Amino acid sequence: MTLKGILLSASMIALAGAATAETRIGMITTLSGGGASLGIDVRDGFLLAMEQAGRDDITLIVEDDEQAPDVAVQLADRMIQAEDVDIMTGIIWSNLAMAVVPSVTAQGVFYLSPNAGPSQLAGRGCNPNYFNVAWQNDNLHEAAGAYANSAGYSNSFILAPNYPAGQDALAGYKRFYEGELAGELYTQLGQTDYAAEIAQIRASGADSVFFFLPGGMGISFLRQYGDSGLDIPVIGPAFSFDQNILQAVGADALGVVNTSQWSPDLDNEANAAFVAAYQEAYGRLPSLYASQGFDTANLILSALEVASPADDPDAFREALRAADFVSTRGDFAFGPNHHPIQDIYVREVVQEGDIFTNRLVGVALEDRGDAYAAECQM
Amino acid sequence: MSREGYVNAALVAALIGVPLWAHLAGEPFTITLATRAVIFALAAVGLNLALGLGGMVSFGHAVFFGLGGYAMGILAHHAQNFLPLYDGLFLIEGTKSMPVIWLVAITVSALAALLIGLLSLRTSGVYFIMITLAFGQMFYYFTISWSAYGGEDGLSIWVRNGFPGLNTLDPIQFYALCFTLLCAALWLTHRIARSPFGLMLNATRQVPHRVETVGLDGQRAKLVVFVISGAITGLAGALFADLNRFVSPTMFSWHMSGEIMIFVILGGVARLFGPVAGAVLFVAMEHVLGDLSDYWHIYLGALLLGIVLFARGGVVGLLAGRAKSHD
Amino acid sequence: MSAILIVEQVLNGLQFGVMLFLMAAGLTLIFGVMGLINLAHGSLYMVGAFVAATVAGLTGSFLLALIAAMAAAAMAGAVIEMSVIRRLYHTDHLDQVLATFALILIFSEGTRAIFGSFPLYLDTPALLSGPVTLPLGIEYPRYRLALIAAGLAVALGLWLLIAKTRIGIQIRAGENDREMIAALGVDIRTLYTFVFALGAALAGLAGALVGAIQSVQVGMGEPVLILAFVVIVIGGIGSIKGAFVGALIVGLTDTLGGIFLPELFKLFMEPASATQIGASLSSMAIYLLMAAVLIWRPTGLYGVRA
Repeated sequence: MTLKGILLSASMIALAGAATAETRIGMITTLSGGGASLGIDVRDGFLLAMEQAGRDDITLIVEDDEQAPDVAVQLADRMIQAEDVDIMTGIIWSNLAMAVVPSVTAQGVFYLSPNAGPSQLAGRGCNPNYFNVAWQNDNLHEAAGAYANSAGYSNSFILAPNYPAGQDALAGYKRFYEGELAGELYTQLGQTDYAAEIAQIRASGADSVFFFLPGGMGISFLRQYGDSGLDIPVIGPAFSFDQNILQAVGADALGVVNTSQWSPDLDNEANAAFVAAYQEAYGRLPSLYASQGFDTANLILSALEVASPADDPDAFREALRAADFVSTRGDFAFGPNHHPIQDIYVREVVQEGDIFTNRLVGVALEDRGDAYAAECQM
Repeated sequence: MSREGYVNAALVAALIGVPLWAHLAGEPFTITLATRAVIFALAAVGLNLALGLGGMVSFGHAVFFGLGGYAMGILAHHAQNFLPLYDGLFLIEGTKSMPVIWLVAITVSALAALLIGLLSLRTSGVYFIMITLAFGQMFYYFTISWSAYGGEDGLSIWVRNGFPGLNTLDPIQFYALCFTLLCAALWLTHRIARSPFGLMLNATRQVPHRVETVGLDGQRAKLVVFVISGAITGLAGALFADLNRFVSPTMFSWHMSGEIMIFVILGGVARLFGPVAGAVLFVAMEHVLGDLSDYWHIYLGALLLGIVLFARGGVVGLLAGRAKSHD
Repeated sequence: MSAILIVEQVLNGLQFGVMLFLMAAGLTLIFGVMGLINLAHGSLYMVGAFVAATVAGLTGSFLLALIAAMAAAAMAGAVIEMSVIRRLYHTDHLDQVLATFALILIFSEGTRAIFGSFPLYLDTPALLSGPVTLPLGIEYPRYRLALIAAGLAVALGLWLLIAKTRIGIQIRAGENDREMIAALGVDIRTLYTFVFALGAALAGLAGALVGAIQSVQVGMGEPVLILAFVVIVIGGIGSIKGAFVGALIVGLTDTLGGIFLPELFKLFMEPASATQIGASLSSMAIYLLMAAVLIWRPTGLYGVRA
């Protein structure tokens, strides 16, 4: 797919000429290869908020990490060593975040995560300069477990790829789910054929299926599940049901329940305005990643109103912690470890005209923080 | 001095001059780029021993690169978290000392190369390419699911490891360290190629039957050079991990094997400085092309294609003409 | 574990195997006749899937999509054969690896430039969607059965082409002695282009067929490419029969290994770590198998002795 190496596709997006107290923001995200759609959405959401703010004292530098940890590390080095950034953001994947974030925050630069929330950074590895604006990785899986209880499921079959995020996903589900397990499976990372797993699900006598298979893996699974004629209800985190993936899954996803901290039809003023503006600007519906990019930018903007990270980092940090911005998710606050405390919703996949999208059906968890906050000491 | 000699001298001058200039001009990122190029060059010098001298097309050198990286990652991980590495009959602690890490990286990769070489050298040609690829994939999938050391997430090391008497956090000092190791590896390669052992390997590559006929064990010589080759690439892996302060299974991926191979071919197979020229050119191309377009891989592909089709013998071959030692 | 489940898993392994065969057949032919290692074979698979998704989206016809996929892949194959590959026949494997690696970069980013970064949608035809009930009460997706049938039909057709036709004689002769058949007046350049385009068309067909049950995205060809290499190495490079046997072995090992290894470990370990270790081992299983086969028979099962 892509050659790993340092990539300096410097798309320097100077929002305006240099002003006096300029703030420099570095965004490292995935813009090429199989995972590019997530990074593009985060970037576009972020840019939309920046444009709406219309500030001329912010310089944004966007770079493509090719979903490769060593590229991301190189880019981070360059942004700090050569570009002198004050704030960094953008990384999609947990393994890249683990490679970049500890050294970024150790060098006194602020990092705001618009997507990845690995448990290490929420617990023992937390840092005053690290803020997560999306969720802790386990959150959506925990919500799926809570939903399974309320839906009366008592015999779930659960599966995820055999890598840390997959292991966390199953652990997160089991943390809230109270019923029995009909089966527990680890699939191969990047696996595209799930016939064998589907056969096992069929034979297991399960009353529900929970799966965490991000990106193309989820598309393949849902398509093949739909084709197998199985009608055991499926639950998953929103990652396999985001706006871009749904179009590729098609009708096989209809009616599937998924958990998310955001939905396009979430009823608040900021969200309605965001969805309309995003559609206007890019000609497509926003995904949850786009909403996370948008929220991240607005959080930064709200803190910049109070202080500049270069001049007064302590005041800037306090302003971030206050989270005094209007989130597309409605209520939003930070817990003691700088991870969100927020409601996690239950959504259902519906079809509107030619477009597949999500509709809210309820709340799975209210004011959920995360399981690692107690381990964080800062 | 031959034309190739001038090319080599120019390369060395650039590798000393550019980072020095960047240091004085306050451009630390240029030094980071140069360090990356030098470490890749070291990995490729290792592969060039197997490829150029031994004639073994290994598509699995990422195994050694990755093992070197994980040797660093695991030792430093234990040291930074104050967890003993082994606590049974005796106690083994992790370490943050580069010389110790290097020694472990070299030993582990050499052992792996011995094992892989013993098994793989039963085959030849395309089968050799593919069996080395298979070993690479095994390590890749194993590390992805090995949750004790981070699995796919890899391991982050907060602070670069130390070297007695140096401040490795200073980019230029770490660069000097890497550059010195590269020079040492080049010197070793040069000595091996000129030794009776190297001459025998050369003969084994070209006319294996004759070597067997005079009673020499060509296969064993190939195994020995494969082990040395793996050890050098392993050392490069440990340095690469220290440059990034991070290791992950991508170091084991077949893309990595392909890239190390590209450095060698790009520069010129079996040329002493070929891998160095290849790695430097590759890092520079990524840097320049990446600025041009979002779809810069297309240009990179086209350039590589042009070099294979029209510049046989790689860049050094293009600049220096046909090698004298050949044929 | 019931007998029905095992039968179903064997069917799954078989289906995976015949799809791998479509990829491996082209690779092994190209290597056998021209002596070329083609890393870009996975890119032709991707081209097939993307073209099929586009044509199906425009016309709504799955059959048209399949034909377009094969035609486009064959054309792409012929173009790269005439412009690039042709210059590589007389070079060593090293140059071939680098040049076809470069082609992967061009194809992948080119596809992304044309089709965008989002995955495309390709649906199974209505006629073949949903499950069918087999004897013993096994429910099995109709489309997967069709895939097995299509794969076997292609294998049969390929065998007929090579064993019974004039062009097949030329291909077999080309594998044995290139200079001789050129001397006998066979237009070797056209033959090579034909073989390459044939291999490409098979890869394109595989991409289109599989694309209907997986996601059509950039980079989809690479995992399959590596597996196809494993197949032809196990079977013996250059042997169609070897590719067929190798594909079935790899398909069955991968599928059944993923199911039974965790079960095996559960016999003497706690379930959670058994599933994890079993899954790890099964992802390495085919590579272990390949290494074992090569150590036992250094030129594969049906390979010519070096």
